[in-house]
Amino acid sequence: MALAIETIELTKEYAVGFWRKRPHRALDGLTLQVEAGEVFGFLGPNGAGKTTTLKLLMQLVFPTSGEARILGRPPGDLDAKRRLGYLPENPYFYDYLTAEELLTYFAGLFGLEPAERRRRVSMLLDDVGLGSERKLQLRKFSKGMLQRVGIAQALLNEPDLVILDEPMSGLDPLGRHDVRSLILRLRDRGCTVFFSSHVLSDAEALCSRVAILAKGRLVASGRLSDMLAFGVRGWELVVANVSDTVIAKYKPRISRAQQIGGGRFALELPADATPDRLLAELIADGGALVSLNPLRETLENFFVEHVRQRQ
Amino acid sequence: MKALGWIAINGFREAVRDKVMYSLVAFAVLLIGASYIIGELTAGQDLKIVKDLGLSAIAVFGLFMAIFIGIGLVSKEVERRSIYALLAKPIRRSHLVLGKYAGLVLTLLVNVAVMTAALYLVLAYLGAREADFVRQGREASPVDPALLKAVWLTLVQLMVVTATAVFFSTFSTPILSAVFTFLLYLAGFFSADLRNFDQVVDARSVQMLARGLYYVLPNLGSFDVTAQVVHGLPVTWRYMATATAYGFSYIAILLIMSATIFSRRDFK
Repeated sequence: MALAIETIELTKEYAVGFWRKRPHRALDGLTLQVEAGEVFGFLGPNGAGKTTTLKLLMQLVFPTSGEARILGRPPGDLDAKRRLGYLPENPYFYDYLTAEELLTYFAGLFGLEPAERRRRVSMLLDDVGLGSERKLQLRKFSKGMLQRVGIAQALLNEPDLVILDEPMSGLDPLGRHDVRSLILRLRDRGCTVFFSSHVLSDAEALCSRVAILAKGRLVASGRLSDMLAFGVRGWELVVANVSDTVIAKYKPRISRAQQIGGGRFALELPADATPDRLLAELIADGGALVSLNPLRETLENFFVEHVRQRQ
Repeated sequence: MKALGWIAINGFREAVRDKVMYSLVAFAVLLIGASYIIGELTAGQDLKIVKDLGLSAIAVFGLFMAIFIGIGLVSKEVERRSIYALLAKPIRRSHLVLGKYAGLVLTLLVNVAVMTAALYLVLAYLGAREADFVRQGREASPVDPALLKAVWLTLVQLMVVTATAVFFSTFSTPILSAVFTFLLYLAGFFSADLRNFDQVVDARSVQMLARGLYYVLPNLGSFDVTAQVVHGLPVTWRYMATATAYGFSYIAILLIMSATIFSRRDFK
């Protein structure tokens, strides 16, 4: 499989401090591979080094050591940039331009012919829901609207690879839904999407693979299915018409019991328990089944566990 | 090259949509327009006064524009982070510096043209009001085309100042860039004096330093031919060509250095 992004021991140190400068390692030996055509989530808490990595890939900053390749070429390569779209974190554009003027300007930098330029600008403004605000100066745009403009400008060249830094930032639930759909549409047309986020539900809904970064180091990387071991980590059984005494009888076989009102109890059972047998016994004791659900590992559990270890 | 043109046009658009720019141009045009009142106070020297004041106004207001817009064009991109999305496009960082510079030169060109047109209008008005005996006795025509020589060299001088502002703004903050550019502008008018410093000071090291500074600092005085033009003295085409070539060489060196520094800079 061709690689859209590859980093090898990529490291970035910044000089911090006013008087006596000392190095601060924002990214520490990141080795990562993103395959062409996949949606890859780059996760981590604030200050983990996600934006630094993206800036290194876009050659907005230069690495202290290590190397990176984008679409098989070094960062900053003009041929790679022609096939690349980038949304910076909290994007800011020129106040004095309208959304249409900004996109036309950027489309010009891609060397698009006038007719094609007009077509794409108009189509993308409609796609991101800004069709009616195209003549409005960007100084009048809200944060969410700027984010939409940022997404539109990242797609002007119909890129093979899109790098999005916190794409859901500043968006309302409707906007987030739109961006999710957009990412899935990009994936369907074969575009690689590499996005950073600290919102885990986005990654869980969209990504085939993720990497988790904490304090500048990679703490986990791989397929979501492998990382989360989608197996059951327990069971939640909700029963009605049972008394405290009945529940007390089964205490050794359940990990947690909680009364949830209306004579119902929520029981948590370990993964190796046999819920059907316990359920049969509870029904024999006069109980009634309300629900039985497997408890699965979530990305959030995984994230918290791994990031806490690192911190 | 196309990308460079797009960046230049956007830089021009940024400058002309800046309200400060309109205020500066309007004020300069007003000053040029009002200069004839000062001319009225002088006996028979009104045209010279208007020409002198008009050309000086073009130089001073052009300087304000060159410094304040020059330092902002690159550093504002960095400060407001609009550079992130821009540098992701298929352009080199040097394109950005050169395109921004070209946009500002275009802005200066338009503004200097507006101010020059205002000056010529005032001069044409005064010329039309002149008595015949005054008309016969003067050294140069009121709408003297030779004024354009002074205007052209002022424009080259402003282009040098702009290149200096862009140079400082590639690695410094806007305020420091403005201060450095203004100091360099002032020093540029005294650089000719540094050439003969060895006749004033005996210390060898100071002489060497003065000679070094003479070569490094721009000789901005060489672009000022206002006095000659106002008094109808000749400014040869050879002088014009030499001064222009000197200005363009200085600009080229500054832009190469700016592009080199900018190409290696981290945008945190």
